[in-house]
Amino acid sequence: MTHEEILGKVRGVLVDALALDEDDVTPDATLFGDLGAESIDILDIQFKLEQAFGFKIAQGEFFPEGVSQDPEFVREGKVTPKGIQVLRQKLPHVDFADFERDPQMRRLADIFTVDTVVRFVANKLNAGEAKATA
Amino acid sequence: MRWLWLDRIVELIPRQRLVAIKHVSLAEEHLHDHFASELSPPGGSEPLPPMPVMPACFIVEGTAQAAGILIGHAEGFREKVILAKVSKAELDLDAVPGDTLRYTATIQQMDAVGAAASGLVEILSAHDPARPPQTLARIDLVFSHLDNNLAGESFPEENFVFGESFRTLLRTSGVA
Repeated sequence: MTHEEILGKVRGVLVDALALDEDDVTPDATLFGDLGAESIDILDIQFKLEQAFGFKIAQGEFFPEGVSQDPEFVREGKVTPKGIQVLRQKLPHVDFADFERDPQMRRLADIFTVDTVVRFVANKLNAGEAKATA
Repeated sequence: MRWLWLDRIVELIPRQRLVAIKHVSLAEEHLHDHFASELSPPGGSEPLPPMPVMPACFIVEGTAQAAGILIGHAEGFREKVILAKVSKAELDLDAVPGDTLRYTATIQQMDAVGAAASGLVEILSAHDPARPPQTLARIDLVFSHLDNNLAGESFPEENFVFGESFRTLLRTSGVA
């Protein structure tokens, strides 16, 4: 599946889950800031991605879990280097470069963009293909 | 008044589908405070007396209860199943006193974190049993298993979701 095909399907999922116009769903739009998603929408988006692309998403695979509660990972409102390392391992589809320059916890939501979702799907599909051809 | 918007469960296929009915009664207090928006017939000049109708939010709640019971039943009512989101609610008709509503809830997806379910609400004719059911609403819902919430919050151990009213409904329906 090409990048454009994935983007088109992801756009459909987000339009449906967040009641948006298609034009709002640009690759760099942030899910929580620009598109108005709330935390509970993540579950809805995950279910809709599973239906649209035919794969299963494990708990914590798409969106981080258990990081903000751990004092080793978050101190004084900032994600620690170890926290960022763990996030990178858990979420290879997310680009942390900009966040790392100012790793305030409140900025964490802004790293989830439409393009993040597209990369997540592409990684999942590639992994599936790799498994199928192995 | 009890916060229960179903009268009887008539079918339960575990992890798949639950069908329940509710009779809309003029004895229900809220009907006397909620009326159809169209008070005059098209082209008519004389306003009609207000027609009491069942509020749409209670129809959505009934669908959520039908789907919530189905999802809770899947894990023996150990999970705290909470309505997280009404993804879609399209209602085409009003439900009036004397109507029987049939709720059909179907699980679309379910995992450790929650579930997605769809609901179909139909009106069964009280006057003509041979008349096909009329579709009143199509409703899509997302549920969260509260103890597996994404925020990692903790909640009391007791399952406060499926309380006495739900247990009574299950018992009188022959489900538990």
